[in-house]
Amino acid sequence: MSETNKSNKRTLGVLLGTLALVMFGFGYLLVPLYDIMCDWSGQNRVGEAAEVKNTQVDKTRLVTIEFDTNINRLPWQFKAKQGSIQVHPGELQHVVFEVRNTESHAVSGQAIPSYGPAYTAQFFQKLDCFCFTQQTLSAGEVREMPVVFVIDPALPADVKTITLSYTFFEVDGKSAPAAVKAVGA
Amino acid sequence: MAHDHAIGHDDHEHHAPPSGIMRWITTTNHKDIGSMYLWFSFIMFLVGGAMALVIRAELFQPGLQVVSPDFFNQMITLHALIMVFGAIMPAFVGFSNWMIPLQIGASDMAFARMNNWSFWILPVASGLLVLSMFVPGGAAGTGWTLYPPLSIQMGMGMDLAIFGIHLLGMSSIMGAINIITTILNMRAPGMTLMKMPMFCWTWLITAFLLIASMPVLAGAVTMLLTDRHFGTTFFNAAGGGDPVLFQHIFWFFGHPEVYIIALPAFGVISQVIPAFSRKPLFGYASMVYAIAAIAVISFFVWAHHMYITGIPLTGQLYFMYATMVIAIPTGVKVFNWVATMWKGSLSFETPMLFSLGFLFLFTLGGFSGLVLSITAVDILLQETYYVIAHFHYVMVAGAVFSAYAGAYYWLPKWTGYMYDEFLGKVHFWLTLIFFNMTFFVQHFLGLAGMPRRVPDYALQFTEFNMISTIGAFGLGISQLLFLYIVLKARKGGVKATTQVWDGAEGLEWTVPSPAPYHTFETPPVFEGGKH
Repeated sequence: MSETNKSNKRTLGVLLGTLALVMFGFGYLLVPLYDIMCDWSGQNRVGEAAEVKNTQVDKTRLVTIEFDTNINRLPWQFKAKQGSIQVHPGELQHVVFEVRNTESHAVSGQAIPSYGPAYTAQFFQKLDCFCFTQQTLSAGEVREMPVVFVIDPALPADVKTITLSYTFFEVDGKSAPAAVKAVGA
Repeated sequence: MAHDHAIGHDDHEHHAPPSGIMRWITTTNHKDIGSMYLWFSFIMFLVGGAMALVIRAELFQPGLQVVSPDFFNQMITLHALIMVFGAIMPAFVGFSNWMIPLQIGASDMAFARMNNWSFWILPVASGLLVLSMFVPGGAAGTGWTLYPPLSIQMGMGMDLAIFGIHLLGMSSIMGAINIITTILNMRAPGMTLMKMPMFCWTWLITAFLLIASMPVLAGAVTMLLTDRHFGTTFFNAAGGGDPVLFQHIFWFFGHPEVYIIALPAFGVISQVIPAFSRKPLFGYASMVYAIAAIAVISFFVWAHHMYITGIPLTGQLYFMYATMVIAIPTGVKVFNWVATMWKGSLSFETPMLFSLGFLFLFTLGGFSGLVLSITAVDILLQETYYVIAHFHYVMVAGAVFSAYAGAYYWLPKWTGYMYDEFLGKVHFWLTLIFFNMTFFVQHFLGLAGMPRRVPDYALQFTEFNMISTIGAFGLGISQLLFLYIVLKARKGGVKATTQVWDGAEGLEWTVPSPAPYHTFETPPVFEGGKH
């Protein structure tokens, strides 16, 4: 075997050995590369609290919601804690109403909602409302009651204001389901 | 320098080898080392096989009968590590040591002393793995993938496994450096790269895969080791590390590893099929490009082992398509083998039978691999017996069948005697039948949802598991027949001619059978070039 061949072999052997060492280093290089890739692709945010967001909120417009309260022959005072609010369609809202029984005995009543304009009722999605159930207030009681709602983003663009009006009616000594049954019979 | 020169000088003295055990310990002869690799790998094949039988015995019936779940986990881990690193890889390194110098007309491997080292590291490494069973806490029970956090919590058996893997890696890298240097620098005059036997091509590219991927595994297990004992937190989430990182690093090695095993198997098949078809290999150049393409792509598909780790959808889709792309060069190879046989004058001696078995079953394993590459399907089949069935079709029916094909093909050249053809055929048919009995039913088990790596299973899986276990014991016992055939061929029988197989091509068939201790001291002039 010639001397050049021998030195060729040595050179190649050293080169390949170096390559093996470089690849050993590459294994370690994968550690920071992994972090970079995870940051870049958003995989490495285990330490942060996730931001809760509703992707259906229409941020491009605001709708004014006005609240109106009425009493129908009840010894109660009834008012909204806020006169009106501005909301983005799709946003979850929480408003509070206050009712006070001025009588010296317990009185039951139920609120009936109505909407202005009336056709906006279908876009006014109430998740929780004191109007879903009868309210019984003992003598002189004051109660704060919530309404949780979302305005459907499908609300026509020309609607700028919706009025939500509640009227409390007395439920005199009889429960609502019984009344329905009586009507049915 | 002077010292190295003296070593180099030694190689050129043609004295008889020292006798007794010292011949084998000090040998730098590529044929001796090749034989040692082959014997070692067969012994490890039996050891790993015995472990597989422990696993199958436990799975014969539902419930726990034979071993404890702990020991079961150790068995699955050691079975895999010993079969991959102790049996299959050394078998093909053995072929390369024996045959590459003979095929390219070189007198020996480029770095003969290092060759001796890379072999003798192996028994030590395997010894560490076997020893780890007997230390407190037992061997690693993590599965061969060594995933943290379990691998960080294991006992000292894990440390022995880590050192074993370090040594195995060093051995492989030294072997790879040797093979590349031999092939690039020591070919006979007239043998250009594109005229080399296909087996040399597959090993040239495999050796590059080894050099590029084994050090990454060494890095991964070193990180495990420092996490375990030296307070680093590469994989420990409590210290800001990430267990999933290990999976990325491991599979960056792990997927090329699959092709480190498969490519030399392709190489053997590419030698055997033309010889028994009496036609040159169809599409030589496309074969070379296909091997290179497989090797390159294999570095970019690793996360298809990790679809359920929470990688982003984009990542899942990329790894799915990239994995499917590998099927194209692999398909090129399969079609080329079929085209080589087309209109050839075929004969079906044992090496050809094993090659045909390889062709059918490896393709089947390739198809189940394609099924698993589909992310949506893999999410269902991950960690089930479907995966076990898939990779045993490519590892056993692929690599082991190919190793048998090569062993029968070259055995007359090694021993100087023809092996018993009848027994060879019996060995093939037993292996084929029992292999399918063992592993085909595991597809059904996997599809029905039987999880892997669990020593117990639900009652409805009983019948298929019983079939599989009976097949496994048949498969295991059949392999002892091979040992008998080899020992018989060593003792005597029909003298092998120089040519051995009338259709075989290549320089290895120009030296007498058995091949003399020193061959091609003067490089032969290669006039081939049928490609």
